[in-house]
Amino acid sequence: MSSDYEYSDDDGDYYDDEEMIDGTQDDLSGASEDDMDMDVYGGDDFKVTPKGKRKSYEVDYDSLSQSAVEKLVKEDVDYICSICGVDESVASLLLRHMKWNKERLVEKYMDNPTSLLVAAGVTAPEPTTTSAQSRTRSIDGSASRRSTRGATRILALGGSKTKSPTTSPPLSHYTPRSFKPKSDEPFVCPICFDDSSDLRTLALDCEHTFCSGCWNAYLVSKIRDEGEHSVKCMAEGCALVCPDPFIRTVLVPAPGAPIGDPTQEEDNRKAWSHFQELLVRHYVASNKRLKFCPYPGCTNTVSCPSAADKSSLTTIVPTVSCGARGIGGQMTQSQSQSGWGLTGKEHKFCFGCHIESDHRPVVCSVARMWLKKCRDDSETANWIKSNTKECSQCQSTIEKNGGCNHMTCKKCKHEFCWVCMGPWSEHGTAWYSCNRYDEKAGVDARDAQSRSRASLERYLHYYNRWANHEQSAKLSLDLYAKTEKKMEDMQITSSLTWIEVQFMKKAVEEVERCRMTLKWTYSMAYYLAKGNEKDLFEDNQRDLEKAVEDLSELLEGPIEPENIPMLRQKVTDKTVYVQKRNEIVLEDTAKGFLEGRWKWNASVEGFDEPERTEY
Amino acid sequence: MASIAARRLAKELKEIHAEGCPVGINLLKADDFETWWFSIEVMGESLYKNEAYTLQFRFDAQYPISSPAVQFVVTDGHQAPIHPHVYSNGHICASILGNEWSPVLSVTAVCVTLQSMLASCKKKERPVDNDRYVRHAPDNPKKTQFHYDDDT
Repeated sequence: MSSDYEYSDDDGDYYDDEEMIDGTQDDLSGASEDDMDMDVYGGDDFKVTPKGKRKSYEVDYDSLSQSAVEKLVKEDVDYICSICGVDESVASLLLRHMKWNKERLVEKYMDNPTSLLVAAGVTAPEPTTTSAQSRTRSIDGSASRRSTRGATRILALGGSKTKSPTTSPPLSHYTPRSFKPKSDEPFVCPICFDDSSDLRTLALDCEHTFCSGCWNAYLVSKIRDEGEHSVKCMAEGCALVCPDPFIRTVLVPAPGAPIGDPTQEEDNRKAWSHFQELLVRHYVASNKRLKFCPYPGCTNTVSCPSAADKSSLTTIVPTVSCGARGIGGQMTQSQSQSGWGLTGKEHKFCFGCHIESDHRPVVCSVARMWLKKCRDDSETANWIKSNTKECSQCQSTIEKNGGCNHMTCKKCKHEFCWVCMGPWSEHGTAWYSCNRYDEKAGVDARDAQSRSRASLERYLHYYNRWANHEQSAKLSLDLYAKTEKKMEDMQITSSLTWIEVQFMKKAVEEVERCRMTLKWTYSMAYYLAKGNEKDLFEDNQRDLEKAVEDLSELLEGPIEPENIPMLRQKVTDKTVYVQKRNEIVLEDTAKGFLEGRWKWNASVEGFDEPERTEY
Repeated sequence: MASIAARRLAKELKEIHAEGCPVGINLLKADDFETWWFSIEVMGESLYKNEAYTLQFRFDAQYPISSPAVQFVVTDGHQAPIHPHVYSNGHICASILGNEWSPVLSVTAVCVTLQSMLASCKKKERPVDNDRYVRHAPDNPKKTQFHYDDDT
């Protein structure tokens, strides 16, 4: 980006005296809708849509940062704490075990707290505990039995320090904690066989004691390599899950602790933050109203209650945006919008399906069907059907790629006529032209052939247009660069300022947006059943397509200095018009879904079966 | 963590030398802390009476946090036992070597578990998908995501 644009961060200030198309850049809360605010009401004056008004093709949603989701997690944890009277770490384990279904959790807890606590890995079932312990003892011969219960126990054998557990209030269902002084037998970690006298050791309630180094290596490996949010005790067959404060104790050094190996500290720090991300992801994945942003490196979450129910996806297209822009390291929050090109691209995705872009106006099930169709080999089969015939004797598939109609099968040497498929012997000497065209068998064969060909052509018609817009969208980066160059030229060759040449940028952005809409209208039209509704849909589609192509042409054309004022007027007008056409397509299609107006020519998930199959 | 692996293996080896292996199991080779070989024989009445097999352990630097790669040796005249959980390339489908591995387990503990896996066998046969698996199997059995049918 050239230095001309450096002050673009606060470009909202410039619009007062300029007839700009776009509204101001939004603050974070409104950023999710900023693209849609470009709507223009009342013809030629450029009014910005009042905030808070939702169009029929939009859904309500909220963007949540990781810390906002952590807050929600905390609320659930607090709720369980207060209802079940357990401490935070226990509540968190219970919630994870119950996939964050609070109601079921409370119900189950009230029914049988012990079995739930055991199932969630909070407490060990009694018989297993003893057998596991005796086993551990038999291995290391030194794990003394301590009659303690509670969350985390940190022992410093050899030394006399005993850190108090990091978790707060005692659990009402637990017996009061008692802390037996550690035995005087020398401790040997059963994993690394370290027997240093100053070994720091740790154990969960099951009292399977290991040195902190082994716990550390184990937790890092489980969290980092296996992405595990519920890490079990290291002892064989022990089902106890490490509570969060325990993991924290191991991974996050206590203040004032001796500085360890810096690489190890860094690994630990990463593992701890990864662990917290895993918890958030698990919470989000368990909650139908939430979805994690699919863009790489993004940790935002979107909440969209209206699309939580699958059945709503036949009437709405829940396109959402997580509020961030860019990919990976270049990611920014949208209020400091980096402007343009892909680096600043908004994280738009569909809440209802896995398509990582805006597939409006078409609903998820149709979009999915279309993508599958385009991916499938079924169309290859269709091609074969249209372009080949089978030898009437040995059924080998034959493609005729030239020559006369007198075919000789390479395989079985059967001679036949390509046109009527009858044996060549019946043709006598009428070479190069088949005079048996009216035979019934030939008519039937040709009918089947042409139906198949028509269906292929129909598919290709929609596919080519769909792919064309897809391709154009991919080239948008080029177009952005080219336009940027033109904008610079314009500032040199005319008296226009940088702010005044922004109309070009707005136009390019609008074209890209409309191409996305157009692209998906072709997948929709392919599946729409014949009738007035489809005709109207395709009329709207045609008008938008025409307007977009006109505007594109204006943008692509060379710029003559003397024509710039006229070009500016034309582009601005066209942009407004294109916006309107796009609005109409999106609005009308969305309304159609709400009204159940669209009928399909194929069976679509969530919709009634089509009455008849006619294209 | 390499030092932990080395220390742990040294200790295991020392115990093996001092106390010997469990009955039916003998250390064949442990020249380094990467690959160990054991002979394994099922004691008492079983389908594998008087048959000896060779087990190979491979350790990575994360041992014992991560499980060792254990398989039967099938080269140089060695063969894998015919067992519903042992593939003809020597790979073993046992949960203890995968998701149920615990760092507390030791080399001899694994040997004993595999010994009892053989001892409890009712019918000598290969896994149903043996041919398909062996054709595409990775060199290291740990890279295979086994689906454990039961708790053997």
